Amino acid sequence: MKRLVTTLLVLIGLSTGAAMAGSTYPDIPKAVGAPHPEGNDYMRLNHMRLLRHDRNLTVHDGDRSIKYSIKECVACHAVMGPDALPISVQEKGHFCRNCHEFAAVKIDCFQCHNSKPEDGFIDLLKQNPPATDDEIQAYLDGMSQ
Amino acid sequence: MKLPALNNKSERPAELNRREFFKSGAAVASVTLAPGVTLMAFGGEASANADPGKRWGMLIDVNKCSTDCNACVTACSEENGWKLDGNPETDPQWIRKIDLKHKETGREASLPMMCQHCETPPCVDVCPTGASFKRVDGIVLVDKHICIGCRYCMMACPFKARSFVHEEIEDQKSNAPRGKGTVESCTLCVHRVDAGRVPACVESCSATGNGAMMFGDLNDPNSEIAQALKNYPSMGLRDDLRVNPGVRYTNL
Amino acid sequence: MDRTVYREVKPTPAIWLMAVIAAAFIGAAGLAVLYIEHHGHIVTGMNNQIVWGLPHVFAIFLIVAASGALNVASIASVFGKIENKPMARYSGLLSIALLAGGLAVLVLDLGRPDRLIVAMTKYNFTSIFAWNVILYNGFFAVVGAYLFVQMARNISPKVVKSVGTAAFVWRLALTTGTGSIFGWLVARPGYDAAIMAPLFIIMSFSFGLAFFILVLGTTFPLTGRYIGPNLVKRLGRLLGVFAVAVLYFTAIRHLTNLYAAEHGDFERFILFSGNIYTKLFWIGQVLIGGVIPAAMLLRHAENTTKGQVILASVLIIIGGFAHLYGIIIGGQAFPLEIFPMYEVTSTFADGQINNYTPTIYEWALGMGGVALAVMIAGMGVVALRILPMNLSDRNIDPTEPDF
Repeated sequence: MKRLVTTLLVLIGLSTGAAMAGSTYPDIPKAVGAPHPEGNDYMRLNHMRLLRHDRNLTVHDGDRSIKYSIKECVACHAVMGPDALPISVQEKGHFCRNCHEFAAVKIDCFQCHNSKPEDGFIDLLKQNPPATDDEIQAYLDGMSQ
Repeated sequence: MKLPALNNKSERPAELNRREFFKSGAAVASVTLAPGVTLMAFGGEASANADPGKRWGMLIDVNKCSTDCNACVTACSEENGWKLDGNPETDPQWIRKIDLKHKETGREASLPMMCQHCETPPCVDVCPTGASFKRVDGIVLVDKHICIGCRYCMMACPFKARSFVHEEIEDQKSNAPRGKGTVESCTLCVHRVDAGRVPACVESCSATGNGAMMFGDLNDPNSEIAQALKNYPSMGLRDDLRVNPGVRYTNL
Repeated sequence: MDRTVYREVKPTPAIWLMAVIAAAFIGAAGLAVLYIEHHGHIVTGMNNQIVWGLPHVFAIFLIVAASGALNVASIASVFGKIENKPMARYSGLLSIALLAGGLAVLVLDLGRPDRLIVAMTKYNFTSIFAWNVILYNGFFAVVGAYLFVQMARNISPKVVKSVGTAAFVWRLALTTGTGSIFGWLVARPGYDAAIMAPLFIIMSFSFGLAFFILVLGTTFPLTGRYIGPNLVKRLGRLLGVFAVAVLYFTAIRHLTNLYAAEHGDFERFILFSGNIYTKLFWIGQVLIGGVIPAAMLLRHAENTTKGQVILASVLIIIGGFAHLYGIIIGGQAFPLEIFPMYEVTSTFADGQINNYTPTIYEWALGMGGVALAVMIAGMGVVALRILPMNLSDRNIDPTEPDF
């Protein structure tokens, strides 16, 4: 019995150690648009609070000129699949999924919201010749309306 | 953890720029995107918040609505991403066509039916969490973030305007988030209204040439809709309940 | 009068068997909930027309019965009937257990049961549902306190009486709230009557007492304790009066509706042409749940046996289910009338009688709620000194002085 407990403890220790060593730290795909002025560390800690705050402004007060909208999240952080189109959260490698899987936190957003950008943005990405960075940034800036 | 004061927008110069960009953008959009007569009359400029001075409403001319036309339903479904999937009992239906035949006189009529955006909505009264609410400009909505799916609003609605999402949904329209286990209904295309446009059903109705649906601000005495309501007889459905619907019908 | 001695119930094999059966039902309900939550309500019989189904019938029955199960305790503490005192603890425990079972069903049928915390933290006070959340939670607290003062040592009878009175008032408020869920829906002809609240109160008296008698009548023999025939007879006579009162309120409800021409079609549906709902009304609710048990309990009240009282209780419970099924499902099955004097057709079942066929998952969830109530009551009597060692008729003879 004692030996069993010791073995288990060692195993747990090893696995946490491995996680802490960063070997399984998630890949963070690069975003399409300009970086957050607040910095990534701030966003990692606070994105859910910002979203929750601004969603109430939009849904209840009709304020469309908010700074943090999930539509803009999924557009700017779109990750392209093999067909060069944005993938959904159902697929491995989706921006939100990568970290949330690592942190073992369930995402409740995509039960209702689309995890892929809106049609207009996808059209922009499909454009031939490809859209310039400025065009993409201009579209993203326009999304909070 | 301390958060910055989120309400204080003046602290964020980037925010102001963005909003300005939009105000001009919306004025242009309202002209180029929907060149209908109603729309021109409505005009429009996006404001930052829902305007408490307005009450959005609709006037439906039953005489102009034809039995075999389903354009408003199709347009709504396309705009908001809901589909009739062959399960009439559980499929969502934000807007539906109802065919009427008078029991005594045999008169026949057809009309679109959706959330009536009541002034005193029973769905809002009964909602335990406040998920069912009325915006200051009269639009009745479900905040799906706090809807627990109890369906009491569906019991209370006099118009059967609401449906419950019975299945998992994928690939929603970005402007119309909707998901399993919550209640939904016509939003009066709130995303379009906030951008200074008219609801999809109204736009499609004028595109067919029937022009049976008119949208506008009931509180503005000079609006086309207020003028029409002033000059011609109209009624709200279940007027006996005194819920004062924002959707009104004429020639019914 | 004998000194009443309360003892924990020894878990006999029969009690273990009951626990295993109840656990199996609770497990099945758990699986059903997971299944419904995973697939959505599409796998149930509920739909956009019948939005509340069998789980709600079970839930409302259990909640209504919970309030009524407190009858015996209230009669003892508030109205000073000493002969009921030995059963008061059990009465309180059972009402907590029934409420827990009912609420579990109600909550697990939500579209988003994972958002229970939202229901507990965000209140819209124009909603009777929101008030009910407070009334239900408060009921646990008040009846819990009531149980505590009954069981703790050195608590003055005055305190017991005042806490008991608080519990009595609270349960009346609770049932008023529950009835008002169906009384304040102005748009539906089946649900727009103020009589719903008092009707639900009298239903709670009847169903709750029937449930109490049934469990008392079965637990006592199971645990080898004695219960006197006169005591059961008295409870039975009270139950008979309640059954008649339910019939009376039901009659008034339908007569009022019949008088209003706008409700005529709805009444014709329930009383004559509604097929299943008409059968449930006349056979289930009126005959099995009302006339027959009332006759059994009241006609030769002096000669009723323990078995007859228990049988009548079972009939009242069956009739109660039929009654609530008729109110909840029948009220939704009848189409909403938006265009008076018009025949209507649409793709959304306008003008049609709506169909409802519950699936196995709804049954499993509902039965799980009953099993949960039984389990909680069972665990209560095993762990705590709830049940008296005997309930012989010497205890109830009012000529004997209390000790």
